[in-house]
Amino acid sequence: MSVTSRRRFAAVALASVAVLAAATACGDSDSSSGSDGGKVTLVVDVFGDQGFGYEELYKQYQSEHPNVTIQERGKGLGLGDYNTRLTQQITAGAGAGDVVALEEGTIVQFFAQADKFVNLADHGANDLKSNFLPWKWEGGLTPDGKVLGLGTDVGGMAVCYRSDLFKAAGLPTDREQVGALWPTWDEFIAQGQKFAAADKKHKFVDSATNFYNIVLMQKAGAGTGYTYFDKSNKLTVGENPDVRSAFELTTKMTAAGLSNNLKSFSNEWNAGFKNGSFATIGCPAWMTGVIKGQAGDAAAGKWDVAKAPGNGGNWGGSWLAVPKSSKHQKEAAELAKFLTSAKSQTEAFKKVGNLPSSPQALEDPAVLAATNEYFSGAPIGKIFAAGAKELKPVYLGPKNQAVRDAVENALRSVEQGKAADAAWQDAVKNGEAAGK
Amino acid sequence: MSSLKTTAPPAAPARGPRPAPRHSPQRGRLLNRLDLRLTPYVFVLPFFVLFAIFGVYPIIYTFWIAMTDRSPLNATISFVGVDNFVELFTNDPQFWNAVVNTFGMFLMSTIPQLLIALLLANALNRRIRGQMFFRLAIAMPIITSTAVVALIFSMIYAREFGLVNWLLDLVGVGPIDWRANRFASWFAISTMVDWRWVGYNALIYLAAMQSISKDMYEAAALDGASRRRQFWSITIPQLRPTIIFTLIISTIGGLQLFTEPLMFTSGSGALSGGSEGQFQTITMYLLDVMNQRFRWGYAGAVALVLFVLIASVSLLNYLLARRISSDK
Repeated sequence: MSVTSRRRFAAVALASVAVLAAATACGDSDSSSGSDGGKVTLVVDVFGDQGFGYEELYKQYQSEHPNVTIQERGKGLGLGDYNTRLTQQITAGAGAGDVVALEEGTIVQFFAQADKFVNLADHGANDLKSNFLPWKWEGGLTPDGKVLGLGTDVGGMAVCYRSDLFKAAGLPTDREQVGALWPTWDEFIAQGQKFAAADKKHKFVDSATNFYNIVLMQKAGAGTGYTYFDKSNKLTVGENPDVRSAFELTTKMTAAGLSNNLKSFSNEWNAGFKNGSFATIGCPAWMTGVIKGQAGDAAAGKWDVAKAPGNGGNWGGSWLAVPKSSKHQKEAAELAKFLTSAKSQTEAFKKVGNLPSSPQALEDPAVLAATNEYFSGAPIGKIFAAGAKELKPVYLGPKNQAVRDAVENALRSVEQGKAADAAWQDAVKNGEAAGK
Repeated sequence: MSSLKTTAPPAAPARGPRPAPRHSPQRGRLLNRLDLRLTPYVFVLPFFVLFAIFGVYPIIYTFWIAMTDRSPLNATISFVGVDNFVELFTNDPQFWNAVVNTFGMFLMSTIPQLLIALLLANALNRRIRGQMFFRLAIAMPIITSTAVVALIFSMIYAREFGLVNWLLDLVGVGPIDWRANRFASWFAISTMVDWRWVGYNALIYLAAMQSISKDMYEAAALDGASRRRQFWSITIPQLRPTIIFTLIISTIGGLQLFTEPLMFTSGSGALSGGSEGQFQTITMYLLDVMNQRFRWGYAGAVALVLFVLIASVSLLNYLLARRISSDK
């Protein structure tokens, strides 16, 4: 090897080191947002199989603001994965979108990092207070009163059911009559037993966990106003009577053999929709989009929506927030305000069925008169909007998801044959470990 | 720099005559020597730079974070000393459940895996029809992605419409809920691991078998040794170093088992590995603590204990290896 070629090798080696160094330095040239001569690119982070139904709204916003280009990420991403990624991005202070969606169960977790988010009050959000249901507005405020997020949708609560299976089992199929079948959850279970006696092939409910969540949110809304953590973030999984009674009602339902034992959002659960293996599912407004997406066209017209047992309730719903890592905070805040306006919420409702959190949108004829062809023409706007306004908020603690997983696991172990009492012990023990 | 002139670099190779430098011979020689001295370091630098960033720094940081209560939920980080480790060892049944699961699945998958690989390699080492096809075929699973393997197997082991339960039904056995029963889930996950890795190990054994001298087999055959006898008395002893290598590789892989059990369930809460943690491994628990419970400090402690576990099992392997090789 001659000296010159040796030198060349050294040069190549040095160059490769330089490239590596440059590659590692690339971390701070944020790909999520860049501006180019007045042009602004805003990245919106959402989650869920159906996304948030904003596609048309982006087009409208871009045509009204020619300097803005909007990119959306996250459609198809599950909430758990989305939240893990977002937590890391927020903690690292880089990589998050300019506008990010925060879900009901996870927004409290970000209160502790409120200094990493733009206080939307600085961008005139306080003037918009009346655009949101009071409890939804408060849900987006940090304990010291900063506006962390603006409400997108609320869950509302209903029961979706397969009218063809109801008919075959000799139950009424009309949604008014079906709603009248179950004034209480105990009645719901009794009807389920009737269904089970007539139909051995299908199960009445998809899973214990979905049933449990919808019951818990309703009971907590009417009772303590919190679930696994009280409002001072003290762990109350073992003490909260609402958790206990929702758990017991669920194990009673499981013991009656009504559950199809399908883990929520799993492949088996998705297959359950396609195969039509269960007759009812606890149904917040966003669930209608899930059903339509999973059951597909083959089941169009077989599903219907009826009032849920008990008195209303809420499960789910999100807020839009602007992380401080955004390079265009002002533009991002404007976009968040636009996407959460009453008109935009109505648009999103039409697209994916997410129930508006704005009282104006809830009274919008387009929402009130909305029917869903897929759900046999059910007046979903009316069904879900009923009671949404009077709801009391349910406080979910910062580690809500972890404790919820532990309690859901205990409920699943009952489906797999464990005794209900032992499972409750597990729920408390593992819930306390998870919420530590 | 004076030492440069007196001590020759040890790595300097003997070189033939080269054209004399035309300008300033002194300077040229100095540059040349510098070049000889520095170039090797420049060559190895990229690795060490990357290793420092992605290896050393995270390790040191893990030690630090394990002694804090760091969490995205805490505004400040406070030093808690060995509290995390005390909790881990005295008051965390879920962690020890994960340890049992990890070792259980490791034994349940590795032992059959290596045995089958050995028998497969032995079969492929003979003259058979379509030798090349079969040798390629056993290597196929290695190039498939773990996620795809896990996805397909979780369908095969599905409770409602799974292939295995359908076959069991054909022979009159009731369906098994593969995710509810601890040993059933271990078995299912072990078959995933084995499907993917048997071929890999078989290839390694096959390569080693082909380097065994044919003379030994011929001599044994002349002495009247059966094929079986040849396998146990010639092939296996000759393969010892290879077997130890595969054992160590399987140990490291087995103790870090993650994708297969994670993908075995889908939907929310997959990290909990079954309703009662039937198949939650240590790495799954680690992520559960970090991403669901937001206890980053505690997760650091879990990571360090996992490190110690792997190191001690590897040490055990090493001692075993040394003993076997000194037996020879």
